Amino acid sequence: MATSLVRRSLSKLHNSPATKLFISRSHASEPQPSTPNLKTFQIYRWNPDNPQKPELKNYQINLNDCGPMVLDALIKIKNEIDPTLTFRRSCREGICGSCAMNIDGCNGLACLTKIGEQNETMITPLPHMFVIKDLVVDMTNFYNQYKSIEPWLKRKSPAPEGWEGKEIFQSKKDRAKLDGMYECILCSCCSTSCPSYWWNPESYLGPAALLHANRWIMDSRDEYTKERLDAVNDEFKLYRCHTILNCARACPKGLNPGKQIQNIKSLQT
Amino acid sequence: MGASRPQKLSGIQKQVLSLYRGFLRTARAKTLENRAHIESLVSAEFRKNSELIDRKNFLHIEYLLRRGKKQLDQLKTVDSVRLSSTNVELSDTKQQSSG
Repeated sequence: MATSLVRRSLSKLHNSPATKLFISRSHASEPQPSTPNLKTFQIYRWNPDNPQKPELKNYQINLNDCGPMVLDALIKIKNEIDPTLTFRRSCREGICGSCAMNIDGCNGLACLTKIGEQNETMITPLPHMFVIKDLVVDMTNFYNQYKSIEPWLKRKSPAPEGWEGKEIFQSKKDRAKLDGMYECILCSCCSTSCPSYWWNPESYLGPAALLHANRWIMDSRDEYTKERLDAVNDEFKLYRCHTILNCARACPKGLNPGKQIQNIKSLQT
Repeated sequence: MGASRPQKLSGIQKQVLSLYRGFLRTARAKTLENRAHIESLVSAEFRKNSELIDRKNFLHIEYLLRRGKKQLDQLKTVDSVRLSSTNVELSDTKQQSSG
């Protein structure tokens, strides 16, 4: 939008040759907007204030003046076509996990998913989650499950004299055990892609919460390893995982929650 | 009792009533003034929605139930003293969406 404003103001000065040269040069690096590259987005819409059946609404945008990612397209639609479109977004670089949604049948972050080549793309909220509005889903249960695994450092032994409230050291080898777990941003792409989680969302903890359970079980500084293992040792909480591994396919950070769950299972005697 | 109630309540009706009861029970723990305020606000909301919403629009009723449960959980915490509400005029939102 900013560039179009500049262009409009420059076109007023069109008669002088110096500005003409400048304009043609500024255009040289841009792709020529010769033919509009139109693409249709089918987006799930449901508004609680206007209670009707949910519907897929079509929005056609020109990809030539749009960023490469699905989130760019969503923001463009919200800015230019329909300001009532509702979705969560924040960092636009895959570090906050807000914009998790189902794009063309696959869970992922809109900010890390490229707009596909096909003519139509369907965007729906995360499957089997309660919709609050449009693409925004209710994450209460997901967060409560994360809370239930007590995701903080727990110690039994008191800190050494004069070292209270300070950091606890860890060897590089011990730190390396946390790789593949600490990167999780709790976007819930994995849990909502898991058929087991779909059928038992209340009782089964889901891949994301179990991955974090394993993160604290494996932490060398944590002294409640046994209690943590006992806490998840449950027919439903842990053993509803049937290693379907949809979680590993869905994870936008390239993690493998299924492998971490397997680790918890192997540590249970 | 069966004679006084010609119709048996459906599951979703029971859920709505139990949510309403939950609010009234929670309001009892608050101060007298706030209790009256909560009760009037809650009953007005339930009354309004009972007239406004088609009784077969389960999707919407379930949505309101979930929202109500969340608000009730929040009200149950000791720190929360009373409910508050703001009125958003429908005409305002319509103007925004068309503009």
